Amino acid sequence: MNCTEFLANLTDYFDARTAASLRTELQQHMANCSHCYVTLNTTRQTIEIYRNEELFELPEPIRVQLQQAVLTKCASKLKQKKTQHS
Amino acid sequence: MATTATTDENAIHPDLALIEKVKAGDLSAFEQLMRQYDRQIFRIALHITQNREDAEDIVQDTFFKAFQKLAQFQGNSKFYTWLVRIAVNESLMRLRKRKSQKTVSMDEDIQTEEGSIPRDFADWMPNPEQNYNQAELAGILRRTIQGLPPGFRTVFALRDIDGLSTEETAQALGLSVPAVKSRLLRARLQLRERLSRYFRVPTGEQA
Repeated sequence: MNCTEFLANLTDYFDARTAASLRTELQQHMANCSHCYVTLNTTRQTIEIYRNEELFELPEPIRVQLQQAVLTKCASKLKQKKTQHS
Repeated sequence: MATTATTDENAIHPDLALIEKVKAGDLSAFEQLMRQYDRQIFRIALHITQNREDAEDIVQDTFFKAFQKLAQFQGNSKFYTWLVRIAVNESLMRLRKRKSQKTVSMDEDIQTEEGSIPRDFADWMPNPEQNYNQAELAGILRRTIQGLPPGFRTVFALRDIDGLSTEETAQALGLSVPAVKSRLLRARLQLRERLSRYFRVPTGEQA
């Protein structure tokens, strides 16, 4: 296995979707290739860091405002429907 | 004797029960669905548009559209995936409006291989995020992800931040599974490469 093949299988490796035999091959490659070893570890950390950080929070007051605005629109839509049916 | 065995019903997703209530005119059930998913929809919209006001509008438009089209929801995908698909379309529409002349799609800028081939092989410091305060770290992560083309950062946001499966991501974006996998790999590698500037072990300290 070369580095290009290693990279091509990286996503499946993270998702634990690789067959046992391929997994062993990937691990063997990593054991002998410091570049791929670092790439795998730092890519894993990249995912973890992004997953742990709440980057784009919706502030609660705005959230409530948005919910109310949507519900008001939905209520008038429902009313409209009822009037059409009656 | 009556049993309660029928309550199992092949583990129906709780959203479906709420959706049936909404269809019968129960707005509080819709409010519950909104509370469940509005934060994620906001985050996805912000990842795509990179504009808070737009993202807030998209939250409104997405849920109102979902309410209006609820009869069309077949229940063969998760409600959340269906909702994400509406939000992605709304977000792309906003982007197009902003850039008026330029066409914007999930395919924009994906041809380039730039940054998808690892070049920085320095190892990172242990717990590198702890070397920055909360605001600094958030700034770094935001700037870094915003530097990715929309098609990449959306796949990364759905798959790695929101935790959708590859199949659900493909469904939400109208892409094939191999296309999602390829973009995800390139998004992850590009982010890794860019973050390496901040997180790598300083030169001279490497083993």
